[in-house]
Amino acid sequence: MSRGEAIGLMLAIIVVAVAAVLPLILDGYWLSVALTAMMYVALATSWTLFSGPTRYLSLATGAFFGIGGYLVGLGMSDYGLSFWLMAAIAPVVATALALLIGLATLRLSGVYFVIFTLGLAEMIRNLVSWIQNNFLGSRGLYVLTDFTDADIYWMLLAVSVAIFALGWWINRSRLGFALRIIGSDEEVAKHVGIDTAWSKVVLFMVTGFFAALIGALVAPRYSYIEPNVVFSPELSFIVVVMALLGGIHRLWGPLVGVIPFTLIWEGITISFPNYTTLFLGFSFLLIVYFLPHGVVGLMQSLVRRVGR
Amino acid sequence: MDILISGLLLGGTYALIAMGLNLQYGVARIMNLANGEMLVLGGLAAFWLFVADGLSPIATVFLVAPLAFAGNWLIYRLLIRPLVRRAKTQGQLDVDSILSTFGMSFIFVGLMVTIHGEYFTYSYLADPFSILGTTVAVNRLVAFIAAVAIGAAICFWLYRTQSGTAVRAVSVSTEAAGLVGINVERVSAFAFAIGGAVTAVGGTLISTFITLDASMGVIFTMKALIIVIMGGVGDIRGAIIAALLLGLVETAVATIIDPGLTLVAAYVIFLSVLLFRPQGLFGRRAS
Amino acid sequence: MTSQSVPILIVETLTKRFGGLIAVDQMSFDVREHEVMGIIGPNGSGKSTTMNLISGALKATSGTIRLKERELTAMPAHKIARLGIARTFQLVRVLPDLTAIENVVAGAAFAHKPRWGAEARAFAVALLERLDLGGKQDLPVGSLTYIDQKRLELARALASEPEVLLLDEWLAGLNPSELKIGIDLIASLRDEGRTVILVEHVMDAIRSLCDRCVVMNSGRKIAEGTPAAVLSDREVIRAYLGDG
Repeated sequence: MSRGEAIGLMLAIIVVAVAAVLPLILDGYWLSVALTAMMYVALATSWTLFSGPTRYLSLATGAFFGIGGYLVGLGMSDYGLSFWLMAAIAPVVATALALLIGLATLRLSGVYFVIFTLGLAEMIRNLVSWIQNNFLGSRGLYVLTDFTDADIYWMLLAVSVAIFALGWWINRSRLGFALRIIGSDEEVAKHVGIDTAWSKVVLFMVTGFFAALIGALVAPRYSYIEPNVVFSPELSFIVVVMALLGGIHRLWGPLVGVIPFTLIWEGITISFPNYTTLFLGFSFLLIVYFLPHGVVGLMQSLVRRVGR
Repeated sequence: MDILISGLLLGGTYALIAMGLNLQYGVARIMNLANGEMLVLGGLAAFWLFVADGLSPIATVFLVAPLAFAGNWLIYRLLIRPLVRRAKTQGQLDVDSILSTFGMSFIFVGLMVTIHGEYFTYSYLADPFSILGTTVAVNRLVAFIAAVAIGAAICFWLYRTQSGTAVRAVSVSTEAAGLVGINVERVSAFAFAIGGAVTAVGGTLISTFITLDASMGVIFTMKALIIVIMGGVGDIRGAIIAALLLGLVETAVATIIDPGLTLVAAYVIFLSVLLFRPQGLFGRRAS
Repeated sequence: MTSQSVPILIVETLTKRFGGLIAVDQMSFDVREHEVMGIIGPNGSGKSTTMNLISGALKATSGTIRLKERELTAMPAHKIARLGIARTFQLVRVLPDLTAIENVVAGAAFAHKPRWGAEARAFAVALLERLDLGGKQDLPVGSLTYIDQKRLELARALASEPEVLLLDEWLAGLNPSELKIGIDLIASLRDEGRTVILVEHVMDAIRSLCDRCVVMNSGRKIAEGTPAAVLSDREVIRAYLGDG
């Protein structure tokens, strides 16, 4: 292990330790904010595993997240299955769906992929509502567990650590290298022997897996699951903004975006609930026109300029 | 028969919307994901003027068209052109314009919610009318006729005038068009503006028979995109046929199964296009 | 020496249509082991299309391409690369987000004879030195000169230890002194016993480097043989200079 890596590992352990004791200090409102932030850390980081190196913008987060929450609700409410079983099944279902979507769209240009994922959450919401109303009976689904907010927070922290570890491993692996080459020049990637379609599909499945897992783990927080709420297209966009705001060229980049954005977003939701959409819109423009490489990219170029 | 007539009437309006997007993506090469919001804005204008001043949506069309043209031209000049200039590749331009137009679409939604947060419900020419034994509302027929007229005018412009030919040249190749002395940037801005105006007018027309609300734009964006991809990017004839097909399938699904499944039906079509004919209905397989 | 070697790449009645245009028309030729084979012809005669068909960048309309016993015709580009065909591109394509050494490792990591980790790095360093890019391994590729980018692209192609190396106008755009360096470099590849297909406009390079060459015009093969023989062929001269 090199010196830089050792320092990085030390820092990571300190950050995780601090994050782990937070629920012992915080309570009520601030714990719930921390829980939301931890959920977005996990979502944005796993989103970046795929979209960062390949530059294929995925808007499927809301759909996979919804599958996680919905399946937990359905299994527990209608079939009396355990939370843990459903939390294990949901990511597998989402991974299979990601495989199908990936095979259909990732052979084509990035534009088709964005478009396909753009309406995906809405489409699944319509489909699930229809199935629910016509075949399963149109009652709500309950997720009743003994979990406290702190328990959910710790589970999400564990998932985040797993995502970071996986991301670290992928970045050092041949697969991660292949994705960087794909993001750089897909034609060259094919000609050096990379199965570009398959590499993208595998990573897309990874993000689908985690988004559904996170959706499943967060489900107990809401107790009552409704397709209209749990399949949220907005969630996909928030995750994209957070990740891009932080910067997607580093594994820890999204982390830098998530924390401030969650705090501001919470503030706006409480004080100016009618302006959240407007705020999201301006955030996108801010990123495109002023922070194309995220806050981390900006800091790096500032450091470089000062260093000169 | 009911499905056929209603489907074709709906498809006619879809064709107009897709034509707007085709001008923006096929010519200006900007993937405009705020397209649906432009449509809803056109609908909002119709609703507002009808409720406030009793102005007929047909008259509103003549107001919306120049305003949307000017608005979209400004958007291109102020927000899109910097992206075009800094992009090194089309892929990078796609990512940038997708993100930027997402931003715009949320801003439009946010603004429209503050103007009118509920459904744009109004009733204009909702009287029944009978064609070929099928009863349809007059407003659907009027919207269809207006869409056909506008579409025909655009086609005439594209295929029979010099400026239209320049636009088509840019859609084939920006490089070659530049070499023969066409000001690509101006033509792109113009095509983007016309495309936006066409979409907004489509929204004005569609609002006479579909109740819109501020957040519905994304669904129309999806539909327009599916039509454009199914028809083949830049292919007007393909888009018209694709639009009619989508109108038909949606109407059939809504009538026979459930109106809540139209987007699902559109996705099924989209998926089959991606799997079997990603180059569009009439496109040659790109090599 | 070439006459005894076995054919390694065999192209038979290869045809590529783009709509109504026939870019490559019933091309047949073979390439023998350890030989440098040139494909020449006027602009638009189908040379680069032929290269793209061999590397899998384009799919053939009909005909077959075989590498040893394996049929490549319907294979995707990455499988062809793994079987041992590496290429450079007509317009130089280095990977802009990667450093020089990473560009070479990219060529080694996935293809014909995969190398990874320390082994790949050591191999890449050796290749960079072999191509006079020693000391530039950690530079971002954007800061390299044109000929260095060309060298880097060649290093990436060599990193897979290909059975057949495709050089698509690799010498194009070099100035006269660079051209000499370039020709010497390809000559040294030939002396190492590599099998190379060369699409080239530079006649000096064809004369000095190629064991044999194929001449294309309007998608068809109009001549085949040693450079000296084909360049004095009447039809070839007519193709280049026109009927006048």
